[in-house]
Amino acid sequence: MLVVLNKDSMLIQREQDVVPFRNRVKEYAVKIGMSLVNQTKLITAASELVRNMLKYGNGGSALIEVVSRGRENGIRLTFADKGPGIKDIDLAMKDGFSTGKSLGLGLPGTKRLVSEFDIKSIVGKGTTVTVIKWKNG
Amino acid sequence: MDRIPILQMGKFLLVTIQVDLYDRLALNLETDLAQMVNKTGARGVLIDISALSIVDSFMGRILGNIGTMSKIMDAETVVVGMQPAVAITLVELGLELRGVSTALNVEKGMQLLSVKVGSFEDHELEEDHDAGSVE
Repeated sequence: MLVVLNKDSMLIQREQDVVPFRNRVKEYAVKIGMSLVNQTKLITAASELVRNMLKYGNGGSALIEVVSRGRENGIRLTFADKGPGIKDIDLAMKDGFSTGKSLGLGLPGTKRLVSEFDIKSIVGKGTTVTVIKWKNG
Repeated sequence: MDRIPILQMGKFLLVTIQVDLYDRLALNLETDLAQMVNKTGARGVLIDISALSIVDSFMGRILGNIGTMSKIMDAETVVVGMQPAVAITLVELGLELRGVSTALNVEKGMQLLSVKVGSFEDHELEEDHDAGSVE
């Protein structure tokens, strides 16, 4: 069972919000004693997802939670936007696919950096991405 | 508007990124570097990223762009000082820093640049010698 120990949310509306958000994620990761490599992976993933949200979803909200399952602690991040949504999630999750001018590493690359990855999208309504990075995961 | 300073050291340009970059700042750096290479006729660009705690795909793309851009303006680019955790993350992310060379630290980066830029001149000399010996 997943227990939420701490909750914090931030509105992401401009690209200048990205660095403070990354710093906040880092603070929580440090607080639970996550290793530097895992911290870096988590923050990089957060950076990718927040950028996607700004670029394709016109910004949205980001939720940072400290979660625990059994003996394992971790950080869960939820990114929710009210953008146009993703038509074909399978395609978006493919390496090298991009509708923008990016490298197309965003979503599949991000998935590789975290322990758990979930994406839900409704066309016309928005997209929600949830990731978990376990302290030792 | 914030800017990352670009220093000139002989025929090289030196950039030390000391703050976590947001997009606009990174894009400005790309433009400024192209202009500086053009203005100074620099043969090499050294970018120190030792203070960067993360490099995401956007930042990776900017570094790649700088490398490619400098290349077509006849300058080599070396990125130095990448933290181990950043390197591990980049591999997992699947990002190759195409168009740039890397070195462990500023000192090694400078050596690499000198070799890369100097080697062409040496090569020309060698060719002259070869030509001479054939005759």
